[in-house]
Amino acid sequence: MFYDRRKRGVQSAHSPRARRACRAGAMSLFGMVSAWAAEGKGPDYIRDIRPVLADNCFQCHGQDEGSRKANLRLDERDSALKGGKTGEPAIVPHHPEKSALIERITSTDEEEIMPPVSRKHALAPAQIELLRAWVGAGAEYGEHWAFRSPRRLAPPGRGNPIDAFVRARLVREGLKPAPAASADQLCRRLHLDLTGLPPTLAELDRFNTAYRRDPEGAVNQAVDALLASPHYGEKWARHWLDAARYADSDGYEKDLPRQQWAWRDWVISAINRDLPYDEFVIEQLAGDQLPGATEAQRIATGFLRNGMINEEGAVVNEQFRIEGVQDRIDTLGKSVLGLTLQCAQCHSHKFDPIKHTEYYGLFAALNNTYERTDPVYSPEQKALIARLETQVAMLEQQLKSAEPDWPRQVETWAAEQRRAAIPWTVMSPKDFGWVDGSAHPDLLPDGSVISLGYRVPNGELFITGEPALQQVTGLRLETLTHPDLALGGPGRNHLGTFAITELVVEVREPGAKAWRKLELCHATADFADVERPLEARFRDPAKEKDREKTGGDKRRQGPVAFLADGSDETAWTADRGPALRHTDLQAVVQFAEPVTLPEGTQLRATVKAGHGGPDIRGLDANFPGRIRVALTQVPSPVADLLPADARTALARKPAERSAAENAALFAAWRACQPRFAGFSAEIQRVRDGWPLPHTTVLDLTARRPREQRVTRLLERGAWDHPGPVVEPHVPAFLHPLRPEFDTLPDRLALAKWLTDPASPTTARVAVNRTWQAVFGDGLVETPDDFGVRAPLPAHPELLDWLAVDFMEGGWSQKRLLRTILTSQTYRQSSAVSARELAIDPQNHLLARGPRFRADAEVVRDIALSVSGLLNTRIGGPSVFAPIPASAFAESYAEVDFWKIAEGAERYVRSLYVFRRRTMTDPVLASLDAPTGEVSCVRRDRSNTPLAALGALNETVFSEAARALALRTLREGGRDDRERIAFAWRLCTARLPRKAEIAELERLLAVQRERLRGGWLGAREIATGSSTVVPEVPAGTTPVDAAAWTIVARVLLNLDETITKG
Amino acid sequence: MDFNPGLRAESARSISRRWFFRECGVGLASIALTSLLARAGDLAAPGRTLAPRRPHFAPKAKRVIFLFMGGAPSHIDLFDAKPELTKRNGQLPPESLLAGYRSAFIKPDATLLGPKFGFSRYGQCGMELSELLPHLGKVADDVCFIRSMQTDAINHAPGQLLMNTGSMQFGRPSLGAWSLYGLGSETENLPGFVVLSSAKGSSAGSANWGCGFMPAAYAGVPFRATGDPVLYLSNPPGIDAEAQRDSLDSLRRLNEMTLAVTGDPATQARIEGYEMAYRLQASAPELMETSREPESVRSMYGDVSKPGFARNCLLARRLAERGVRFVQLFHEAWDQHGNLQNGLKRNCADTDQPAAALIADLKQRGMLDDTLVVWGGEFGRTPMAQGTDNGRDHHNRAFTMWLAGGGVKRGFIYGQTDEIGFSVVENPVHVHDLHATILHLLGFDHERLTFRSQGRDFRLTDVAGRVVGDLLV
Repeated sequence: MFYDRRKRGVQSAHSPRARRACRAGAMSLFGMVSAWAAEGKGPDYIRDIRPVLADNCFQCHGQDEGSRKANLRLDERDSALKGGKTGEPAIVPHHPEKSALIERITSTDEEEIMPPVSRKHALAPAQIELLRAWVGAGAEYGEHWAFRSPRRLAPPGRGNPIDAFVRARLVREGLKPAPAASADQLCRRLHLDLTGLPPTLAELDRFNTAYRRDPEGAVNQAVDALLASPHYGEKWARHWLDAARYADSDGYEKDLPRQQWAWRDWVISAINRDLPYDEFVIEQLAGDQLPGATEAQRIATGFLRNGMINEEGAVVNEQFRIEGVQDRIDTLGKSVLGLTLQCAQCHSHKFDPIKHTEYYGLFAALNNTYERTDPVYSPEQKALIARLETQVAMLEQQLKSAEPDWPRQVETWAAEQRRAAIPWTVMSPKDFGWVDGSAHPDLLPDGSVISLGYRVPNGELFITGEPALQQVTGLRLETLTHPDLALGGPGRNHLGTFAITELVVEVREPGAKAWRKLELCHATADFADVERPLEARFRDPAKEKDREKTGGDKRRQGPVAFLADGSDETAWTADRGPALRHTDLQAVVQFAEPVTLPEGTQLRATVKAGHGGPDIRGLDANFPGRIRVALTQVPSPVADLLPADARTALARKPAERSAAENAALFAAWRACQPRFAGFSAEIQRVRDGWPLPHTTVLDLTARRPREQRVTRLLERGAWDHPGPVVEPHVPAFLHPLRPEFDTLPDRLALAKWLTDPASPTTARVAVNRTWQAVFGDGLVETPDDFGVRAPLPAHPELLDWLAVDFMEGGWSQKRLLRTILTSQTYRQSSAVSARELAIDPQNHLLARGPRFRADAEVVRDIALSVSGLLNTRIGGPSVFAPIPASAFAESYAEVDFWKIAEGAERYVRSLYVFRRRTMTDPVLASLDAPTGEVSCVRRDRSNTPLAALGALNETVFSEAARALALRTLREGGRDDRERIAFAWRLCTARLPRKAEIAELERLLAVQRERLRGGWLGAREIATGSSTVVPEVPAGTTPVDAAAWTIVARVLLNLDETITKG
Repeated sequence: MDFNPGLRAESARSISRRWFFRECGVGLASIALTSLLARAGDLAAPGRTLAPRRPHFAPKAKRVIFLFMGGAPSHIDLFDAKPELTKRNGQLPPESLLAGYRSAFIKPDATLLGPKFGFSRYGQCGMELSELLPHLGKVADDVCFIRSMQTDAINHAPGQLLMNTGSMQFGRPSLGAWSLYGLGSETENLPGFVVLSSAKGSSAGSANWGCGFMPAAYAGVPFRATGDPVLYLSNPPGIDAEAQRDSLDSLRRLNEMTLAVTGDPATQARIEGYEMAYRLQASAPELMETSREPESVRSMYGDVSKPGFARNCLLARRLAERGVRFVQLFHEAWDQHGNLQNGLKRNCADTDQPAAALIADLKQRGMLDDTLVVWGGEFGRTPMAQGTDNGRDHHNRAFTMWLAGGGVKRGFIYGQTDEIGFSVVENPVHVHDLHATILHLLGFDHERLTFRSQGRDFRLTDVAGRVVGDLLV
């Protein structure tokens, strides 16, 4: 037995300290129990009892059948009353003395006592008394609050309901709300919360003036204006990107860059246009399955594709595909459902009522997708494509006008083509793979072999089979498209095309040891490529170095004859150009003589891929992604000259053809007619102008019916331990799937179910996450876990009111934020006294306003903004931050793509900083930005020295300090005092106090002194280089610039600058 | 009043329960009970996140130096002498072994490949080691060899994650993070968990030393071989030490004024963070000054004048001396699918002397007794050849690791593989078992060292692991 995890249970235990505290707690329990007795009710199941049972009993007596002992369940009342295999009831309501549960937990016999001694879980006396009291009171069970749909309760007062709920609680606690924050503080808070950027001085002034006149009006107006700002979408997109584990690289060892910013920009746009949250979720889960799905809705499904991709050599693609689906479920659990679904990946959940099979029910709904990489064209490119398409249509129309009876001619021609078609028999692969095992391809039902995973730079791919034909005259090699291939394929190079160096065909008769190579002759293909040198991208730099002398890399590519010319220098390529290249292709080779194949003879076709670049990461791989081999016995076989789409059309009756198929047939016909050569050349010229997509996106679509996957439960979550078949279904403890969703595709049905207003958690989780972003903590502290082990919320009624209002208000996040940000609760001062802090350290009661260090991106954007460096471009490719060279030593694979952004590009918002998963941006990571390896809905807020070093010394922060210094000298006023006020206010939104001014004046004076005395180099400090003369504003000196740079660096690091307070 | 997040979180938990009980008419005394119920397994020691803490029982090891050999060294050519494999060179492995077997690249028709190097016995213990490891041989009697390691993964990134975080999935805290979470740090001048890399970057990247769902303070901090030892340690051009001190003094005074007004404990934590950054600016460069070591010590390790494994071993000792809890060296160089012979020669030339010197140096300073040194990679390599006769594929059914110091037996050999080094036939040690044992040496019951995330009490050892008592002194 290699290793048996099932024998070992999950265990957790209490610290000695906690256990001592627990014993202390027991002392007053007597009073507690008698109080309950007086009220005629016992401890509350949800609040008091289930946590005890969950921690101590459910491991073996919960819903997980796999680990259940003695066939006893304690998580359901009926089961507990019935008892386990002994037949004795575990609980007899009102009779603790008759209840086996109580007997066992109080036993003094080491064999009898529960939890068993081996569990290392001793129940504390207080816990025992709690259970005894509960059984004595009737052992009533209860339903977990978060699994009941939220109800809208009338707020206990007038005004903003948030204030009503919060104030009511404060009254009960004997607490008073804090006074309102100052206008400055409030203005900055609103800006940071809504746009993630600090207010400009003009905005501050305007707000202050308006606030003095009419505080309510000023706040309302500011909220509306900021919600309408395009920067709002940037700020709030970031929160969702965390949840969606967005990153710009694939993860795992190669961690290659990916293009996924089109999805990121979709999020920004969706948030800016306030796409209702239910639609926001539906489009990201199943945008492709919506009726009339738009390109944007398809891009939205990139949400599911944000997970990692492992292209390590020799991985089994299916293993990481399955782990990828599990990651999608984990993401959905954390971000949408607020449930820890991950536990049920391996076994039924120990605490929450999610069964192992139910997990795979969700899995099944997500399992039937193609992992696509689709082109994304810019609006300009789309316009160009439309123009080109019109031109092609016009040319074809001209031709049709000149040949009025073209329909008849096409059909006559089509009939001829059908008659001439050669019958081919596909060879079923018995064995296939890369000769050196560097990647493991998969067999598809149609006999084709698809190579996913590692992109083998150069190698040999073989297919072996036992042909059914007795005698064969030629072999057809198809290179096929597939939705799982980037851009559809058929090749796996950067364009989706390929090169085949050589095709080798061998046979081995029964009993023979050696393979016999067949002589090939007369290769034909359905597309004639021109001969040319190998594309520059794939050439070997080592050979190219002395190109003048040696002639460089001599490899060539082009005509199909190269497929079987015996030379490794030449390769067959077939690229129909940017408009048509993603199409099935075929080449046919004839055997020099017909080959007889006695029964049991094996035939092996080897595709040599030797025209890739040497890059071992696979970026310059150049081989076909999906191939299929067929044989024929027809004498002198040749390739079908028609393009694949026309072949498909040809197989259909005229009446059954779609418009596109008719068009394809027409195009093929006209291309075959020598008299239309001029037209065809003209059309080709138009198509040559087709643009390459300006980016691509990872997204997905549903699998074709014949390629549906069957989902099986996975034992212990392991991909190679499949269990019984599981159909798509949703967990029973949540709301049911509406019957009208039954007719929808599975993934869309799941999306609709998730966002059904009957869902108990979806809206709560959404409003809680928004609340958390504003207040630092959610109303539920664990945004990813609303299950039975989640801490109870401090304001459950408020959470429910917000959730219901959110749904009834059209799932509008802008509306939700308006409600939150215009409340008095939000507008309180965040200052706290020691006493208040002791009472409510985390501000869960909300007797004061929020105050916490801003998120990593906001901290960096504040520096960029106040220094005037910020480039406000919205969307677009991610940019490479100036990371020190030594950080790249962390990377397993070479990082040659890190072209550090210069000029204005460097200063785009931090949202656009390239995120590489295995090499996290050091500055953002030090401020707790997540790596993107898994979904993250709650960031830690640490205070490490690394964060301090980054904000003090990192290049962009240093540049911001210098820029802020110059800006202050330029705009800040005539003397230091005015300048201090200016710069201070930029950073903190308020004017400095006297002591603060004095401190900075002292710092300035000391530094000026040292600069003037030559102890410090003014040029170096002010420009970063001792040889560069700073360009200082009129009336100021380099010494001023340097002294102010030092001051600006302090200002950018102030607690108040980096804190939202 | 101690202003720190750990305490705040702790008191917040009990206090947020106070309202609850008050409202529900329950006495205050039951708060602790409830807090216990909700936070089972939290070590919950009051004090700073990184304050030194007492483990479950008296530890044997106070610190760990983990020499992680990324890429997976060949146990067959280095540690696990198999004369039978030489005899069967070129033959197919027994079919019975291949049922359900997965390697990464090779096919079932791959033939056995005899060890590439000669073996000799070393020390009193008589451990057989490859001729490439003469230095390790000299300290063999201080080392505890485990020849029966097993793991679940056969690809690098998942394998490294399992070895370093106890899980093949991303997002879990590393062994170093668990150690720091459990024990806290004994230095305020350096990070409690330091990472040093040589050769190339590791397959699983920074997740190998990440903090997963734990606070960021528990993550490993990479010290760099070139440039600033810690990223952004140097001040911007022109800012000298005095200007830096002046600036930080101003910053501190201004932040103290803020603290006086707002009363926010996070401000206090921030002030401390900047002060520690300042201390780090002095202590990290000082640490890197290996030239201050006497020549006799430097030469023990080999060439420490340039970046590399030798210098990193010396730095590991210096870090350990300065109270750093967990030092992890990554040397990603052992993935010999091809070039087995030369690759192993080069790797051993780079690592054998320094690793042995580390043991000897710790010993001569009396530090080996409470420092645990761990050596090993993510899995082993196949007894079968990959390619013709100069490479081996990934192999997860058996491999060798070694431990030294910190409460493990010395000159001890544990576990056994079959005659070709394919399967473990005696005393298997799974990665989880190794983790359980390391935690045990650090003073923890691995089943009780838990951290709650997403409502679940996570352990380094997941639901498995057993302390390998036979390895302990």
